[in-house]
Amino acid sequence: MKRDIILAGVGGQGILSIATVIGFVVVDQGLYLKQAEVHGMSQRGGDVQSNLRISSDPIYSDLIPAGQADLIISVEPMESLRYIPFLSRTGWLITSTAPYVNITDYPENDVLMNEIRKVKNHIAIPADTIAKEIGSPRSSNIVMLGAASAYLDLPFEKLEEGIQKIFGKKGEKIVESNLKALHAGRDFAKSYIA
Amino acid sequence: MENQKVLLLGDEAIAQGAIDAGASGFYAYPGTPSTEIMEYVQHSKEADEGNIHRQWSANEKTAVESALGMSYAGKRTVACMKHVGVNVAADPFVNSGVTGANGGLIVVAADDPSMHSSQNEQDSRFFANFSLIPCLEPSNQQEAYDMMFYGMDFSEKFKTPLLMRITTRLAHSRSGVVLKSKRPQNSLKLPEDGRQFVLLPSISRKRYKLLLEAQTKFVEESENSPFNVYTDGADKSLGVIACGIGYNYYMENFPSGSPNPVLKIGQYPAPRKLIERMAKECKTILVIEEGMPLLEENLRGFMNAPLEIKGRLDGTLPRDGELNPNLIRIGLGLSDNTGNDVPEVVKLRPPAMCTGCSHIDTYKALIETVKDVYGDGHVFSDIGCYTLGAYPPYEIINSCVDMGASVTMAKGAADAGLFPSIAVIGDSTFTHSGMTGLLDAVIENTNMILFILDNSTTAMTGGQKSHAYGKIKDICIGLGVNPEHVREVVPLPKNHSEFVNIIKEELEYNGLSVIIPTRECIQTIGKKK
Repeated sequence: MKRDIILAGVGGQGILSIATVIGFVVVDQGLYLKQAEVHGMSQRGGDVQSNLRISSDPIYSDLIPAGQADLIISVEPMESLRYIPFLSRTGWLITSTAPYVNITDYPENDVLMNEIRKVKNHIAIPADTIAKEIGSPRSSNIVMLGAASAYLDLPFEKLEEGIQKIFGKKGEKIVESNLKALHAGRDFAKSYIA
Repeated sequence: MENQKVLLLGDEAIAQGAIDAGASGFYAYPGTPSTEIMEYVQHSKEADEGNIHRQWSANEKTAVESALGMSYAGKRTVACMKHVGVNVAADPFVNSGVTGANGGLIVVAADDPSMHSSQNEQDSRFFANFSLIPCLEPSNQQEAYDMMFYGMDFSEKFKTPLLMRITTRLAHSRSGVVLKSKRPQNSLKLPEDGRQFVLLPSISRKRYKLLLEAQTKFVEESENSPFNVYTDGADKSLGVIACGIGYNYYMENFPSGSPNPVLKIGQYPAPRKLIERMAKECKTILVIEEGMPLLEENLRGFMNAPLEIKGRLDGTLPRDGELNPNLIRIGLGLSDNTGNDVPEVVKLRPPAMCTGCSHIDTYKALIETVKDVYGDGHVFSDIGCYTLGAYPPYEIINSCVDMGASVTMAKGAADAGLFPSIAVIGDSTFTHSGMTGLLDAVIENTNMILFILDNSTTAMTGGQKSHAYGKIKDICIGLGVNPEHVREVVPLPKNHSEFVNIIKEELEYNGLSVIIPTRECIQTIGKKK
């Protein structure tokens, strides 16, 4: 088993909470993990990514080799495209459609969506809207995780367990809304590719 | 904790490794990618229980000197910094090779190839090399952990400090680490030779000869080190020497084993016998080093080696920037696996100051009083979030060189006749290396304005406690700045005209002024909520 995942977004959007849930499951399953993060300057509103490598065999490189990523999970549409050179020909691009505009030359939405549609295996999710609809606007990250869940090769109920474990400290309400977000994301992805 | 497998960043593995190897103190100044070492120790329950020293230092020099003092007293200690911090600490670091250590002493330098968060990509192994200090370079998180035990033992056995060199990728990548059983800290034990640390010329000359003699032993240790491993391969047309994480990038391309002989290096001075073996058995050697081509240059020599050496110097690998598995593939003549190009619609997204940041208000006042009136070229800046004022829409700063350089560059420019000569520096950077420069300006009452942007934290690295907190005005007056020209202001949009007036008044004063805009970083306020 091997999954190379690029998590993408803008500094401050909190892509690492997605990584934390996946990391919990990976350790629980006794798999190997390497997770390279971006700290420092870029966290101030710049582009950030995390390389998440999961394998049943020991992993050498902390970085995913170019053209080998199985998944790009992005919480921002333009950022999802920044890592295209890393995506394998059979890989999936799973992105939120909610733009984060903090630059003056941010592309038009149509142009962006056209590029995303050019990727054969893609899922574009209005994660922010879904999170709002289920009454949990801050859980759009977990909506993204839910949408990607079918491609992780990890048991879904373990992801649920991870959310309970990680958000448990913050109270039952937060756990519930994140579980809801996880399911909503999964359901959306199912209908998207159906 | 023994035998437990935990997920740790490379930085955290170093911290936990040192705690478990019986360290009594950590000394550091925040700097990406090294910051998380000290932060981990500060949050560690074990460090608290063991009363391990874990306060930030004013700068990297004071950190290494304090660590040297703790080593003098017989205890194990670690000093941590980013690569450019080693420049600041170079004086005590280089001299610590000559004094030697007593309690185990490891200096950790975190390099930043590709300059993700730095002004250069210097390679700290050069410092170890010319200081004749042994160097450890882990290839993964487990080695980083294990090397703290190995390094402390080595340091105490040979009475020498060690440098551990890591790079951004290892520092900020998480992986499983199996812990060892924890060792007790040392008790106080002063050096046997009371003059070991007295570097008077007559003593230094003796100590330096001892250091030179020790090199033979250091090389032998490297040749027998568990971190320097020679693996034979059938195809001897090429031998590969892979240092630190360069080994991972090579092996990533050969998951079922390398076809060529591979020498993995994790400890320096370089293991001479192992390299000689490769030179004897292989026609060509490829040297893979993250950072600068230190070993490659040594192997080539000035007159060129008798066998072909490939690496960063002949274009097999790029001369600069961080390595990755694909660059190694291309260097080996294998297919480039890169996927499709980044679509043109993807724009650059540089980091920016946060909405509501106090620096924005300072820059708006500066733009109105200085940039718009006198044109560009008058604001010397420093290292911190405010350096982002170089980007649009502000484009207000004209320099960023090293910690403290804003103050002294403004002074030099004022000496040359530039008016107005303006410097901006953050509170933490000011106490790191700005105070001494300010004293230079005080002595001559230099006609310049220094802005000390007090956001009450070390913001860029994530909000560490600043030594300057609550002290800046007193420090300036204590250094001799005329109190009438030490001005305070709260940088808020509603105070804009007040701020502008203060700047105008101080521009009219022919002498040294300090303006202290004080408002807490909105990120640290957010964290407290």
